[in-house]
Amino acid sequence: MSNELHDLLGKGWKKQPFIKRAWLRWSIYAGFVAYLVAAFATIEVNWARVYEGLDRGAAFVMAFTRPDFVSRAGDIWTGMAESIVMTVAASVVGIAISIPIGLGAARNIAPLPVYLICRGIVAISRALQEIIVAILLVAIFGFGPLAGFLTLSFATIGFLSKLLAEDIESMDRAQAEAIRASGARWMQWINYGVQPQVMPRLIGLSMYRLDINFRESAILGLVGAGGIGATLNTAFDRYEYDTAAAILILIIVIVMALEYLSGVIRARVQ
Amino acid sequence: MLRLEGLTKTYKTGDQALKDIDLEVPKGQVMALIGPSGAGKSTLIRCINRLVEPTSGKVLLDGTDIARLPSGPLRRARREMGMIFQEYALVERLTVMENVLSGRLGYVGFWRSFTRRYQQADVDEAFRLLDRVGLLAMADKRADELSGGQRQRVGICRALIQNPKLLLVDEPTASLDPKTSRQIMRLICELCAERGLAAIINIHDVALAQRFVSRVVGLRLGEIAFDGAPDGLTPEVLTSIYGEEDWEATIEKVDDPEEDIEAAE
Amino acid sequence: MPVLEKGDTQIWRRRTQGQALTHWAAWLIGTAVFVYCWQQISEATTWFFVWDAPRIAGDIWTRATPPRWEYIAQLGRPIWDTLNIATLGTLMALVMAVPVAFLAARNTTPSKLFIRPVALLIIVSTRSINSLIWALLLIAIIGPGVFAGVIAIAIRSIGFCAKLLYEAIEEIDHAQVEAITATGASRWQVMAYGIVPQILPAFAGIAVFRWDINIRESTVLGLVGAGGIGLQLQSSLNVLAWPQVSLILLVILAFVVLSEWVSAKVRGAII
Repeated sequence: MSNELHDLLGKGWKKQPFIKRAWLRWSIYAGFVAYLVAAFATIEVNWARVYEGLDRGAAFVMAFTRPDFVSRAGDIWTGMAESIVMTVAASVVGIAISIPIGLGAARNIAPLPVYLICRGIVAISRALQEIIVAILLVAIFGFGPLAGFLTLSFATIGFLSKLLAEDIESMDRAQAEAIRASGARWMQWINYGVQPQVMPRLIGLSMYRLDINFRESAILGLVGAGGIGATLNTAFDRYEYDTAAAILILIIVIVMALEYLSGVIRARVQ
Repeated sequence: MLRLEGLTKTYKTGDQALKDIDLEVPKGQVMALIGPSGAGKSTLIRCINRLVEPTSGKVLLDGTDIARLPSGPLRRARREMGMIFQEYALVERLTVMENVLSGRLGYVGFWRSFTRRYQQADVDEAFRLLDRVGLLAMADKRADELSGGQRQRVGICRALIQNPKLLLVDEPTASLDPKTSRQIMRLICELCAERGLAAIINIHDVALAQRFVSRVVGLRLGEIAFDGAPDGLTPEVLTSIYGEEDWEATIEKVDDPEEDIEAAE
Repeated sequence: MPVLEKGDTQIWRRRTQGQALTHWAAWLIGTAVFVYCWQQISEATTWFFVWDAPRIAGDIWTRATPPRWEYIAQLGRPIWDTLNIATLGTLMALVMAVPVAFLAARNTTPSKLFIRPVALLIIVSTRSINSLIWALLLIAIIGPGVFAGVIAIAIRSIGFCAKLLYEAIEEIDHAQVEAITATGASRWQVMAYGIVPQILPAFAGIAVFRWDINIRESTVLGLVGAGGIGLQLQSSLNVLAWPQVSLILLVILAFVVLSEWVSAKVRGAII
């Protein structure tokens, strides 16, 4: 029997904690508990109001079992059509613009000044919430789908350019160099050396963004930027839960269809 | 001690992995199970502790038919059978000590195991086993920091701390280098001898099997094609198990200059 | 890679004629759809306002600068509320997402036929609907306030977290689970020793990732009355107090950047 074993026998064993320094561990625990207590203490909950609301909550859940597509069919149809139109147009324009910006934001193919400008555009687009952009654009361009279209295009640029740039930065250098070595021009180089490598992922991401754009288009109406959101808001205001349920079901179904479609397309291009 | 009667396994795909196997393993016998890939070696071992449900037949451990046990008694029966895996199957994000102690899970309640408050006797036994396989210093290391051979030793400790009567060993050396393979095989056989354990060792390497065990069973297409002492593995027998190949080189007894050095380690 | 024969010469083309035709047809239809969509938008737009837009934008800019810095004193409490909405909402979502994920993962669900589809339905329906819509709904049910915001964020995050988590569960190494089962461990012990350690890193990553997203989302929940700094934004917009609006936007921006920094740090420490 070795000495170390002799020392260990009869002694208890405890798992070593994740944070080894005891004072740090305990102060993190204590800080977290203190935060939770403070947070719960400052949330004002009007329990009487919540209790009253339970009936309405139940009514809303029940509404899902018999959604009303009919009585506001006209509003729902115009709203949905507008949402879809905005989504499609904004996705097309957004993707078209994000390709050059994505190329510019990839350090391995763009010169530094171009890189900085493109990265700046991406950063601004990502930092601003869609809904805030929509508010500003509605203030500038007036109510209607144009503001929504511009908002979604702008958000698409930030999302897609960043991912595209990262994809280009992590591509296989050897393939691109082989094309360059053949004496190709810059455009030819992009077309033959870069495009084939990033195309499948670009298509996949575009489909995913189409999906996100549709979901976002459903809320733009809340601030007057067009789409189904306005109809939904009215339905809630009037406590027409069955109509609201119908709209929500439509949104869920379209999102599911888009997810399925993008799954199929991604499987095909890869 | 362990007796298989008419053990059959048909997978949902229709593949018959085991066809009416009868086999008896007496107490303290170390047996090697050889055969080509897809012969049903893994299925056989897994049918014994019911990680795979047998389609029909009996698995008798000291007279109890494991194949018929409901889940509670099955868990108690599993405690009697330690299992050692190919690729070690340690829980990589747990420490070595936690991995060893997880062998006691069948004996302790959920809450005790969840809070890691094992009985002192279990903890002592874990330390003793780790000392036996030379990994005492690694007790608080995470399992994924260990090398392949070290991980397999931890896997052996986990099986032994169950205090089993029988070891089920599934390709213990498949992802190890030749030297470590021998060390691991030797360790398993020594431990079986020390504790009087029976073992079924599933193994690809025929030469390795011949060196260490007293009985070899050859499996071919789900049926027993050979059962006897390792000397009985003639080229004809190997051909009947694996198919045509030049076997002389395989079964030639290799001289082992490392033997003494390894034994000293 | 078709090769056309023209007299004696062979001409290489990238596509056959049929392929080329479908290719062009697809482009044509795509373009037509886009043009149609654009026309719809254009019809619904008052172009007079659009031509006027640069002047209006300039006008807003002059009104909004400089921001009304002293207003920042009134933003402390709303920022605190926003933080609470995001954090408590994320915590609640995680508590609910864990069981849903285990029910939805193919290898842990008790029943593939009955329970798994229900779990998937919960995931897809909570995920498809934006937190602002959940907030609208909850305000109609339980009244405006921070509480509605917390619940809205929690519901929206369930599907997101549960989806990523169940994908992580489906990718675990089965051999480790088998090894724990072979020791005679009970169902819950197999869970605690075989599965949980394997998905813990993914779980921590998902929690931090979603918290970061929730910080962004909770800054705008106030627009519909669900508490947080969005309330101040809404009331300032209502009275066209542009210097306050610009200050609030700056605060939101700083807050979001800060949260991104924190989550990056925490993620670095965990992994």
